[in-house]
Amino acid sequence: MPVSGPSLHLQNVSRHFGPVRAVDAVSLDIAAGSLVALVGLSGSGKSTLLKMINRLIEPDSGTILIDGEPVESDDPHILRRRIGYVFQNIGLFSHMTIGRNIAIGLELAGVKDGRANRVTDLLDLVELPRDMAARMPDQLSGGQRQRVGVARALATRPGLMLMDEPFGALDPVTRDKLTDQYKALHEKLGLTTIIVTHDMAEALYLADRILVMQDGQIRADATPGELLSGNVGAEAEALVAIPRAQAAHLIALSKST
Amino acid sequence: MSEVWKQAFARVPELLAAHVQISVSALALAMLICLPLAIWAARSPRIATLALTVASLIQTIPGLALLALFYPLLLGISAIIGGGISAFGFLPALLALTLYALLPILRNAVTGLSGVDPAAKEAADGLGMTSSQKLYFVEAPLAAPTIMAGIRTAAVWTIGAATLSTTVGQPSLGDLIFAGLQTQNWTLVLTGCLFSAALAISVDLLLGLIERGIRERRRILVGSGMAVIAGGLLAATLPLLIARDNIVVIGAKGFSEQFILARLIGSRLEDAGYSVRYRDGLGSAVVYQALSAGDVDVYVEYSGTIWTNQMQRTDAPPKSEMLDSIAQWTSDSHGVEMLGALGFENTYAFAVRPEDAREKSLKTLDDLARVSSDFNFGTDVEFLERPEWRMVQAAYPIRFKDARSFNPTFMYPALASGEVDVISAFSSDGRITANDFVVLADEKGAVPSYEAILLLAPERADDDRFVAAINPLVGAIAVENMREANYMVDREDDKKTPEQAAGWLNEKLRE
Repeated sequence: MPVSGPSLHLQNVSRHFGPVRAVDAVSLDIAAGSLVALVGLSGSGKSTLLKMINRLIEPDSGTILIDGEPVESDDPHILRRRIGYVFQNIGLFSHMTIGRNIAIGLELAGVKDGRANRVTDLLDLVELPRDMAARMPDQLSGGQRQRVGVARALATRPGLMLMDEPFGALDPVTRDKLTDQYKALHEKLGLTTIIVTHDMAEALYLADRILVMQDGQIRADATPGELLSGNVGAEAEALVAIPRAQAAHLIALSKST
Repeated sequence: MSEVWKQAFARVPELLAAHVQISVSALALAMLICLPLAIWAARSPRIATLALTVASLIQTIPGLALLALFYPLLLGISAIIGGGISAFGFLPALLALTLYALLPILRNAVTGLSGVDPAAKEAADGLGMTSSQKLYFVEAPLAAPTIMAGIRTAAVWTIGAATLSTTVGQPSLGDLIFAGLQTQNWTLVLTGCLFSAALAISVDLLLGLIERGIRERRRILVGSGMAVIAGGLLAATLPLLIARDNIVVIGAKGFSEQFILARLIGSRLEDAGYSVRYRDGLGSAVVYQALSAGDVDVYVEYSGTIWTNQMQRTDAPPKSEMLDSIAQWTSDSHGVEMLGALGFENTYAFAVRPEDAREKSLKTLDDLARVSSDFNFGTDVEFLERPEWRMVQAAYPIRFKDARSFNPTFMYPALASGEVDVISAFSSDGRITANDFVVLADEKGAVPSYEAILLLAPERADDDRFVAAINPLVGAIAVENMREANYMVDREDDKKTPEQAAGWLNEKLRE
């Protein structure tokens, strides 16, 4: 597996919103090429932590390094052009064709040649038909739109992907398929991916490392296997209990028929 | 086509072009102010609240009042910076109309920009767009249909309100409406209304086409809408590019006598080789100021108006003494030359019905005072506020039962029908003799003399050809002839245009 993604280092990163400590002195190392899931309940600080990496939210204190370089060494927009960002509401530009949506990062970077070819490659990559480039976003289904969102984020060949509940709004079948396909993409392209989700089952399936957040702190840091075997803390256990119970129920059901 | 329609239509191209010029300038200026302000406001809720509050406040001022306010404001500014700003015509109209156009543009632009899908903005940030790239690629195009709708509303409002700019001396289709209202020439009113409505509707349709083109991303609609608008603009501005030398501007206040005398002066100047433009319907204060600034070259004033309004005098000396003082004063204070008196007076005259005069033996204002507690008073809209009314009250113990204001057009019928019992008529108005109304004598000389006088702008005083063309009018107009000419324009049947009445009057000049 070729690794092109960077490593990350977070040191004592904090962010307050008024009296609320959204992220509270988090320190963390993420190895190049890993697929890390940030799991937690609503308000646990996982999205805030993610958005501080591409400076959509600025930390109050602490340092964040990407491949050893502080994120604030460039203007935020320069930094963000090197990082893929996918989020639940997708944010496709409704006045642009799918093709232009996908290629907008290239347009910003001033790339003039080969944009159409790149769009075709990206549509192939996210398994959408090529003729979709000429369509408008409102003609697409939710699953198709998020595939476009992923393709747009990958257009400038970033090494790091930040995903904020990317498949949260999709129906279970589509979500499962997209999760699967993204995992394959992550490996094929050698990316470093951080994905925020509140769905422990998705995290267990997708990630090779799971961080459980609560009250702005990382309460558990384990592989899916370790999480399932228990002994990683009450917060993690509470989250793992749900898919575990569902699985047990399904097994019981299938045995009884 | 009848002569009346021909006369009305003849003025349309020039006025339509002026109307388009002032409307488009105001709209463009409003856009120039609003669009950056809206971008700022969309990023700062405090600015949005402030800007929208101010724009809404401005909107509550009636359009006519807003125009009227700019006149003294600009005069004041001009005085502070030592002159150079014209408070007349284009500038006050432009500023008032611009202010009027602010609200719809600003409101829609702020709504449009702050209503852009937050997800699209987050995606733009996440993709690494700078603030201006976000505006260009995402916010502006997504807000464009809403912004365009605001511009469209503003355009319709501005074109409508531009008819009012006539009152500050900016030519517009309102010239036809105001002149028509004063002379009861409904053909003129209708022509003015039709063309301004047609202009508003066409612009609305074209901007609607562009709006739809933006919304549906159909460039052909946007392009063709813009092309037609550009064509119209070009046609409206072409007259500006043609050099026009030696154009004389003749001012007139808003009633028939003024329109007729302006045409009389105009026809004589045209015969002398000048090109002539008329600015009708100007307020008393506006027109004198415009003359001293050189925006108007010549107009007919009334001695009492200068005496009370400009010179702030409250005494009423004999006629000739008063004229001499006025000539001296206008020349000393503004360089305005009084060429002379035309030979008739148009003063405030209290008129009653002939049967009342007979039965109650009313001959003088003293007689009127005797019966005033039983009489209803009808006046024009400004008389009760004028110094002349205070002078009359000081001299005679008049206390009317009730007082009502009318447009001059409706004041005479109100007296004839018995709706009121006495009116503050104008002594040269043809409708006094036509109705056999009796004018009561002002034996104490309370009301100052209102001799019609010819005033010239400072730079025309030495223009010999100019002076020679209109000098024969001095002392040449008898009050009977003026009344007859006024009546030709004011009467219901066999109505004449001011041009026709002026032609008739020209034949009747005293040697």
